[in-house]
Amino acid sequence: MAAECPVCVNEIDFEDDTIVGELLACPFCGTELEVVNLGPPTLEVAPELDEDWGQ
Amino acid sequence: MIRASIVGGAGYAGGELIRLLHSHPEVEIGQITSRSRAGKFIHSSNPNLRKLLTKKFCSPDELTGCDVLFLCLPHGVAMKSIDHYMSLAPKIIDLSADFRLDSDLGYEVAYGKPHLRPELLQTFTYGIAELHRDRIATSDYVSCAGCNATAVILALLPIIQSCSVNSIVAEVKVGSSEAGSQSSEGSHHPVRSGAVRSYRPTGHRHVAEMKQALNIGAVSFSATSIEMVRGIVATCHVFSEQTLPKERDLWKAYNLAYLNEPFVRVVKDRSGIHRYPEPKQLAGTNFCDVGFERDADNNRIVAISALDNLMKGAAGQAVQNLNIMIGISERIGLEFAGLYPA
Repeated sequence: MAAECPVCVNEIDFEDDTIVGELLACPFCGTELEVVNLGPPTLEVAPELDEDWGQ
Repeated sequence: MIRASIVGGAGYAGGELIRLLHSHPEVEIGQITSRSRAGKFIHSSNPNLRKLLTKKFCSPDELTGCDVLFLCLPHGVAMKSIDHYMSLAPKIIDLSADFRLDSDLGYEVAYGKPHLRPELLQTFTYGIAELHRDRIATSDYVSCAGCNATAVILALLPIIQSCSVNSIVAEVKVGSSEAGSQSSEGSHHPVRSGAVRSYRPTGHRHVAEMKQALNIGAVSFSATSIEMVRGIVATCHVFSEQTLPKERDLWKAYNLAYLNEPFVRVVKDRSGIHRYPEPKQLAGTNFCDVGFERDADNNRIVAISALDNLMKGAAGQAVQNLNIMIGISERIGLEFAGLYPA
């Protein structure tokens, strides 16, 4: 399973146990990303300053 | 095993080449010449090689045949004796500027004197693998690119390949080793230390290479020497009269150019302290790091690159070309990842 980084457009492989809401860093551009969908696999840039986001 | 000899091994590029070839698993170093140091141990000019290499420099007159000959001579010297060198080795890798340009007219304009062997200019392949890998692989004669030219060409290549460009202003900040191993009044420590010196604001000889390699009509280039021994950081301002490509399109261009390149890395992080290419951690490595940023307000793309002028800008590039010419992995002998912190 893989998705395109919305910043650098490189393809990022997901681990088998990846879940929606998970955060990961793009290995190419370093951007913090959020998994927003698994069908199809979709990534969005994770908000950086929302204080209560993802906690 | 390839037997390689080095002509002019006592300079900085030659010294780096000795270091690289000494640990190269497919290369046996033959002779290393130096007119000024003939008979002296290699470590007399390269103390980092003490106890690693017990060879001595020999006179150029003692040079005998080998499989590959590296020429690390001052500009204008290699072409004077190129027939002799070609008679000694079936493959030649020249680190000087003598055979970089395609035309003798271009050479004369850039270097201010006529080329002595213009009929051989087309015989040499310009040695930037990211541009001419296939030609290098089938060439017996390769001319390595200038260090500043390498930095600017690799910074600009993805943009030139993908965008409509109106004008380019490129500025490099360089270390003192670019000036070579010979001291001068300007390199005297009280004068050089701490200096930020605009040493070639216009008219740098490497501009001819940049224009030829990128097939562009002009690039406004300036070079500034700073308080650094090794390294170049190039900042290239690319102006367009058309709408700038979107950021993701620029990423696509960089990915297309460099994703599979072993020695070019895109450095453009959104966080952390190393967001753009920096030469410091590239010292001793063959990497060229590149990055970019869009400036929509001024219809400008800023393309950045960094490399070690003695490695990817000279000796490392030469070994990468050797590997391609003899059909082995480009990475062999060039695996050093650098030091951090350096």
